[in-house]
Amino acid sequence: MTANGWIQIGFYLAVLVALTPLLGRYMARVYTGERVVLTPLLAPAERFFYRAIGTRAESGQDWRSYARSVLVFSALSWLLLYLILRTQGIQPLNPQGFGSAPWDVAFNATSSFVSNTNWQFYGGETTMSYFSQMVGLAVQNFLSAAVGMAVLIAVIRGIVSRGSHDLGNFWVDLTRSLLYVLLPISILGALFLVSQGVVQTLDGYLDVSTLAGGRQGIALGPAASQIAIKQLGTNGGGFFNVNSSMPFENPTALSNFVEVVFILLIPAALTATFGKMVGSARQGWAIFVTMLVLLLVGIGVSYAGEQAGSPAQDAAGITASADGAGSTGGNLEGKEQRFGIASSTEWAAITTAASNGSVNSSLDSYTGVGGVVPLINMLTGEVIFGGVGSGLYGMLLFVLLAVFIAGLMVGRTPEYLGKKIEAKEIKLVMIGTLVVPLLVLVLTAVAISTKWGAVSIFNAGPQGFSETLYAYGSQGNNNGSAFAGYTGFVQPNAPGNAGSFGITFADLLGGFAMLIGRFVPLLAALAVAGSLAGKRIAPAGPGTLRTDNGTFVLLLIFVIVVVAALTFFPALLLGPIGQGLTERLF
Amino acid sequence: MRRDIRTAAAALLILTILLGFGYSLALTGISQVLFGDRADGSRVTDEGRVAGSKLIGQDFSDDDSYFQSRPSASGYAGDATAFSNLGPNSRRLARQLSARADAYLKLEGPYNAGLTRAEIPPDAVMTSASGVDPMISVANARIQANRVAAVREMPVAEVDALIDEHTTGRGLGFLGEPGVNVLELNLALDGVEPR
Repeated sequence: MTANGWIQIGFYLAVLVALTPLLGRYMARVYTGERVVLTPLLAPAERFFYRAIGTRAESGQDWRSYARSVLVFSALSWLLLYLILRTQGIQPLNPQGFGSAPWDVAFNATSSFVSNTNWQFYGGETTMSYFSQMVGLAVQNFLSAAVGMAVLIAVIRGIVSRGSHDLGNFWVDLTRSLLYVLLPISILGALFLVSQGVVQTLDGYLDVSTLAGGRQGIALGPAASQIAIKQLGTNGGGFFNVNSSMPFENPTALSNFVEVVFILLIPAALTATFGKMVGSARQGWAIFVTMLVLLLVGIGVSYAGEQAGSPAQDAAGITASADGAGSTGGNLEGKEQRFGIASSTEWAAITTAASNGSVNSSLDSYTGVGGVVPLINMLTGEVIFGGVGSGLYGMLLFVLLAVFIAGLMVGRTPEYLGKKIEAKEIKLVMIGTLVVPLLVLVLTAVAISTKWGAVSIFNAGPQGFSETLYAYGSQGNNNGSAFAGYTGFVQPNAPGNAGSFGITFADLLGGFAMLIGRFVPLLAALAVAGSLAGKRIAPAGPGTLRTDNGTFVLLLIFVIVVVAALTFFPALLLGPIGQGLTERLF
Repeated sequence: MRRDIRTAAAALLILTILLGFGYSLALTGISQVLFGDRADGSRVTDEGRVAGSKLIGQDFSDDDSYFQSRPSASGYAGDATAFSNLGPNSRRLARQLSARADAYLKLEGPYNAGLTRAEIPPDAVMTSASGVDPMISVANARIQANRVAAVREMPVAEVDALIDEHTTGRGLGFLGEPGVNVLELNLALDGVEPR
C-alpha cells in the first residue's frame, strides 16, 4: 500500500463528509415543501405534473395507501420495460440491428432495473439498442431510485409523526426526488463526464483499421446521460459490458473520482436529511458514523488484499511491488492502469457498501481477502450507506433492532426518538432484516447443489462457490455487482446478439430474488412506519437510551456484524476466506 | 386501486417522455455542441483516416517496432468488452501469467540485460478490466523503450522523451495512477522523421 493510495482515500472521505450536510439539508427542505433555489423554476412544472396525473399534492396517504401506490407504479414500470426489451427488434435508434431479448433474460433484466439492482445477465454493447438503453433502462435508473427515496421519506415521517397516520403523498415525494435532486445533479454530472471523454452520441459503432493494420470495432452510444444517473441513483448497470472500467464510461482518474463520489452522495446525504427531519442532526450523524466505520474497514482490508497479490501471480513469479519507478505492483488482473490498486479497491468497497454495483475492475479476479469485502458489504443487507433511500430505511430497521436488544439488556421498554418499540414493530423488523439473508442462503444452496445452477459457474474450486454466493447475495440485496464469471446468458456469436439465449434457471431465480429483496424490506419498513406513526411521542427522561452517542454507534455496529456473521460466516468460509487462507491453485 | 393505476400510468408516460427522450436527447445535443470530439469517442486520425480512439487500446502484438498494450481477455474488442474473470487461485490464470511472462522476457530481454520475472511490471502480463485499457505503466514503457529504440534505430533518449510527452500523471496530482497512452505514443513514433 502506498501513501498516495491512502491520500486518495482520505480525500474522498473528506469530500463525502463535507457534502453530506449540504445536500442533506437541501433534500430535507425539498421534501418538506420549503422553498429552495430551484423552486421558482420547477414549481410550475411540478403543479402541471400533479394536475396531469390527477393527484392533489396536499392529500396525504397512510402507509397502506402509500405502499399501494409504490407497488402499482413499480408494477407498471416493470410491464413497460419488459415490453420495450421484448420488442427491441422493431424499435428505432438501433444502429447495430440488435434483436429482441429472450423472455428469460428480459424477465431478469426488467426485475433488475425496476428493483434498483441493475444486475446484468446481458452485455450492454452487444445486446441493447440505444432506444432500450435510453427509454427503457435509463428511465428505470431514475424511477427506481426515486421510489427508494420517497419510501425513506415516508418512513421518516412515520417516525416523527405525532399521532397522525399521514406519511405524505407518494406522487409528490417521487416527483420531488426526480425534479429537485436526481435530474439536476445528473445533468451536471453527465456534462462533466462528457468533458472527460465519456461518449454521448447516437452514431452507430465504428469499424476502424488500427495502426498495426488490424481491424477494431468500437461501440458508441448515449452513455454519459445514463452513467450519471446510474452512479447517482445507486443503480450501477453499465452501458457497456465491463461497466465503469470501459474507458468510454470512465476515461480518467477525475471521472473516476466524480463517479465514486456520486455513488455515495445521496445515501450519505440522506442521513443528514434524516437528522434534520427528526429535529436532531446528531441522530443523523450517529448513523453516518456507523456506516462510515464499516466502510473504512472494508476499504482498508480490500486494498491490503489486492496490493499483496494473488496466489496465481505468486505461482507465475509476478511479484513486482509498488515502487517509485511507476508500477502499481499487486494484483492488477482485471484492473485498469489509470486506476491502479487504490482507486480500484476503494471503488469495489464503496460500490458494494452502497447498493450501486457498478465496477471499475473485475471482482471475480480479486484475491480471497480483497474479494470477501464486497461480499460482506452486500450480505450485511446493504445498510452501509446502501441504496438511495433503501439503505437508510434498511439501516433504520437495524437501529430499531439495536434499540430493542439494548432495551432487553437494561430491562426497559425500548424507545426510539420518543416512540415505544413494541412486539408488532419488532416482528416487522425481523421480517425486514431476515427474509433476504434467508432467501440468499436458500437460493445459493439450490443453485450450488443442482445441475441447473452448475452450468453458470465459470471458475473451478472455491471460486465457483463464491461466484454462486455472490450472484444470489448481490441480486437478493439489490446490489448488482458480480463475480462476473457467473453467467445467466451465453452468446456464442457475440457481437451481434444473434445467439443470445438465457440460462433460464439463473435468470428466473435471480429475477425473483431481486423482486423479493426489494419489496419485502420496503413493505416491512413502511409497515413499521405506519405502526409508529400512530404512537405519541414520550419526552426523553434520565433513563432513556441515547441513540446519538458513541456507545450506541458501537452497539449498532455490533448488531449488524453479528446478524451477518451468524448468517453467512460458514458460507464465507467455504468461498473467499478459504481461498484467502491458501496458496493452492484450483 | 383503479385510481392508482390511472395515476401511475399517466406518471409513467410523462416521466418516460421527460427522462427517456428529453433528458438523453437534450444532453446529446448539448454535448455535441460543447464537447463534439469527446462525445463522439475521442477519435484519432492517421493519414487522414480514423485509426481508432485515443481512449481505446489496440493490439500491436504483431509488430515489435511498436510499444505493446496490456494483454486483453477480449482480443482488444471495443464493441464486445469482457473481463478474464479468472479467480485469484486459478491454475489457468497462473499458466497464462507464466506464459506471458516468458513471452515478455523473450521480447524485451535482449534489449534489457538482466531483466527478471520479479521485475516485470504487473500491467505487462495481467489482463486489463476493459480489455481495451489504453495505458501501460511508466515502468513497463521504460523497459519497452530499449527495444523500440533499437528496432527503430532511434536514440533511447528520444523514445524516453516521447514517453514523457504521452504520460498522463495522476488526476489533480494524487488520484489514480500515472499511465502512458500506447496508441498516441505509437502514433508519435510513426511521426518521427527517419534519419
